[in-house]
Amino acid sequence: MTALTGTGALLRLALRLDRVRLPVWVLIIGTLPAVTAAQYQELYPTKESLDQVSGVISNPSLVAINGPLFAGGSIGALTAWKVLVTEVILVGLMAILTVIRHSRVEEETGRLELLRAGVLGRHAPLTAALLAAGSAGVAAGTIAALGLIGARQPAAGSLALGAAVAFTGLLFAAVAGVAAQLTESARSATAIGTAVLGGAYLLRAVGDAGPTWVSWLSPIGWALRLRPYAGERWWTLGLVTVLALACVAVAFVLAGRRDLGAGLLPQRPGPARAEPALRSPFALAWRLHRGLLIGWVIGMAVWGGVLGGSAKGIGDATLDNERITDLLSRLGGAGALVDAYLGAVLGITGLVVAAYTVQATLRLRGEETAGRLEPLLATRTRRVRWALSHLAFAVFGTALLLAVAGAGAGLAYGAQVGDVGGQTAALLGAALVQAPAAWVLAGIGAALFGLAPRLAGGITWAALVLCLLVLEIGEILGLSQWIIDVSPFAHVPKLPGADFTVAPLLWLTVAAAALAAAGLAAFRRRDVG
Amino acid sequence: MTDAIAVAGLTKSFGSTRALDGVDLTVRTGEVHGFLGPNGAGKSTTIRVLLGLLKADSGTATLLGGDPWRDAAELHRRLAYVPGDVNLWPNLSGGEVIDLLGRLRGGLDPRRRATLLERFDLDPTKKGRTYSKGNRQKVALVAALASDVELLILDEPTSGLDPLMEATFRACINEERADGRTVLLSSHILSEVEALCDRVSIIRAGKVVDTGTLTQMRHLSRTSITAELAAPIDLAAVPGVHDVVAEDHRVAFDVDNNELDAVMRRLAEAGVRSLTSQPPTLEELFLRHYADDLVSS
Repeated sequence: MTALTGTGALLRLALRLDRVRLPVWVLIIGTLPAVTAAQYQELYPTKESLDQVSGVISNPSLVAINGPLFAGGSIGALTAWKVLVTEVILVGLMAILTVIRHSRVEEETGRLELLRAGVLGRHAPLTAALLAAGSAGVAAGTIAALGLIGARQPAAGSLALGAAVAFTGLLFAAVAGVAAQLTESARSATAIGTAVLGGAYLLRAVGDAGPTWVSWLSPIGWALRLRPYAGERWWTLGLVTVLALACVAVAFVLAGRRDLGAGLLPQRPGPARAEPALRSPFALAWRLHRGLLIGWVIGMAVWGGVLGGSAKGIGDATLDNERITDLLSRLGGAGALVDAYLGAVLGITGLVVAAYTVQATLRLRGEETAGRLEPLLATRTRRVRWALSHLAFAVFGTALLLAVAGAGAGLAYGAQVGDVGGQTAALLGAALVQAPAAWVLAGIGAALFGLAPRLAGGITWAALVLCLLVLEIGEILGLSQWIIDVSPFAHVPKLPGADFTVAPLLWLTVAAAALAAAGLAAFRRRDVG
Repeated sequence: MTDAIAVAGLTKSFGSTRALDGVDLTVRTGEVHGFLGPNGAGKSTTIRVLLGLLKADSGTATLLGGDPWRDAAELHRRLAYVPGDVNLWPNLSGGEVIDLLGRLRGGLDPRRRATLLERFDLDPTKKGRTYSKGNRQKVALVAALASDVELLILDEPTSGLDPLMEATFRACINEERADGRTVLLSSHILSEVEALCDRVSIIRAGKVVDTGTLTQMRHLSRTSITAELAAPIDLAAVPGVHDVVAEDHRVAFDVDNNELDAVMRRLAEAGVRSLTSQPPTLEELFLRHYADDLVSS
C-alpha cells in the first residue's frame, strides 16, 4: 500500500457527492466568456465601434475594477477584459470550496476517520480533493476555450483565456490544500482560502490603478497578464505553475506531519466557566458570529480603502467622459465620472457584503442540521427569539460592513481630494443604501428556513449568484428590464451620483421584513431537527 | 399525585414512514421510568414530541401538566434534557456549554456543577470539537444534573460512557430519585434499566407493547423450571407449558406464571427430587416482544 492507495475511489466519491454542484459551477464559468463574446459581436459590429469602446475602457476607473485592456479593437480582447477577472474569482472560489469540502470538512465531521481505517493511503484524501477541484477547473477552462473558438475567436487567445481559468483553478485548489492543513475547523480554513483570493484581487486592483509592479504580486494579476487576444504571454502560466506546485508540496509536507483531525495552528484550552454575559441566545449568537464578522470588518476596511484610494486618477481622464459614465452606469454608477466610479464600486461592494448576509442567515440552518438547536430548544429558549438572535447579525452585521467599506472609501478618497469629512459622510451613506437590497437576501434565506428548510442553502446562494450575474452581464446580454428588476440591487439609488430616493429603500426593507416574518411564522409551526 | 408525563395514542409520520403508531406512556411523578426499545423503535421521536420539537399528528401528550407543544418554553424551565447524540459548539469550551445551558434553563447549582465535574472526571476547559463522544455526553449530563429541575429526560445517556462512568451515572440517578425528581430514561441497555427503573415501558415499531413494574411484567410472563423427578412425566399437553425438554427423569420447560400453581401440582404428583426455577430476566421479556422480529430477520 502506498500513500496514494484509494485515491481513485475517493475521487469518485467526491465527484458523486458533488454531482450537481460542480457541473453548475463549471457550466457558469465555462459558458460566460462565449456568451459575452457573442453579445459583443452584436453590440460592436464595426471596427470603428470597437475602437471607440476600447478607448473608453482604458480609463483608470474601469482598469481598477476589471484590469487593463491590453489591446483595443478586437472582440476577443474586449471579452477577456470584461470576463477574465470574474472568471478567475469564480474558479478560485469553486476550487477553495471544493478542496475544503472534501478534505477538512470530512476530517472535522469524523467521516474521514471511518475511511482512513480502511485501505487508504495517508495522502489519498488530499490528493483526491485536489484532483476533484483541479479537474473541475480544467473542465471549466476547456469549455471556455472551446466556446470562444466556437464564437469565431482566434484559437490562441481562446486557449490562453481557457488556460488562465484552468491554471488559476489549480492554483487556488493548491492554496486551499494548504489552508485545510492549518486549522481544525473547516470554517476557518475556508476563511483563510477566500482571504487569499480577496487579497489577490485587491493587490491587482491597486497595481492596475497605480504602481503596476503590485499587480505582479497577485496570481489574479498573472492570469490577466497572460493577455488573451493581446499578444499572449504564455510564460505567466509558468509563474502560476511554480506557485501551485510549491503550495501542493507544502500541503503534503504539512499533511504528513500532523495527526488526523489536528491542525497546525494551536488549539488553546477555553475557560472552565462561561463569562457572566453568556446567558442568552443573543450572547451565544455573538460568540458564534463574531469571528466571521471581525474577519469581514477587516476585509471590508481594506477593500473600501483600496477602492476609494484608486479613485484618485479618475478625474484626470481626458477621454470621452460621457461614454465611460455610460459604461459605469451599467455597473451601477451614475452622475459625474468620479461619482459614477464610486457608485459602481459601492454597487459591487453591496453584492460582496451580501455574501456575508447569506452566510450569517444560513447559520440558522447550519445550527439546526448540526444538532445544536435541539438542546437549546429543550431549555426555555423560544424558537423565534433564537432565530432573531442569528438574523440580527444578518441585518446589523450587513449594515456594519457596508458602513466600514463606505467610510474606508470615503477616508481614502477624501484624504486625496482634501475633503475627509464630506467624502466620508457621502460615501458612508452611499454604501448604506445597499443594505436593504442585501436584507432581501436575508429575508429569502429566513423564509426558506421556515418554509422549506432543505432548500434554504442552495436557493439563497443561487439568488445571490443571480443578482451578481444580472449586475455583471445583464445589460450586455440585453436582458429585459423585468429580469434585471428581479434583483433587489437594481432598485438601490446609484449614490453618490444619482439623487437619493427613499421609496425603493423602504419597500425593499418591507419586502425583507415580510419574507423574514413569513419564515419565522412557519418556523414556529414546523418540526425541528 | 399527578403524572409527570401522560401520553395517549400519539402518532407521527415522516413522509411515508410511520415513526409513532399510537404511543401510550405514563410516567408517574417521582419515579424512574425506563423507556426500552431497540434503535428506530420510536424512543427519540416520542421524546422529541414531549420536548415540543416535533408536532404530533394525532393523540394527546401532557408534560408536567402542560401542553408540550404550546407551552414549550414555560415547561422547559422545569426539565432538563440529555440528547442521545450530543453536539457541541466547536469553539465553546465544555464549561461554557454547561453554564450556558444551565442559565438558559433558569440557573444551575455551582456546587453540584463542581461535584459532578469531579465525579464524571470531565475537563471543562477543552473545546467542543476536541471532546470524544463519551465526553460530549458527560458535558450534557453535568449540565442536566446540575440544574434544579423536576424532570430529567435522558435519551440513551450512557451509550458512550465507560463502565466506571456508567456506575457514576447510576449513583447520580439514584440520588435524583431520592431527591424526588422524575426521570424518563430511554435506553437499550437492559441491565441499566433493570438496575435503575421503578417502572418500564417497552416500545416496538412505534407502539408501547408492555408497561409496568418489573414484577408485574414478570407476573404476566413465564418462569423457567428445571426439575428432576421420581418418574417421567409428559407435560407437553399441559396448558401454559412451553418448550419442554424431557430426558429420562429430568425435565426443563417454561411455564406461564398464571399456570404455575397447576403445573407445580403435577410435578409434585410425579415426585420432585430437585427443582430450580428462574424468574424471567428483562432480557427475556424484551426478546419475547421482539421474537417475531428476530424470526423474520
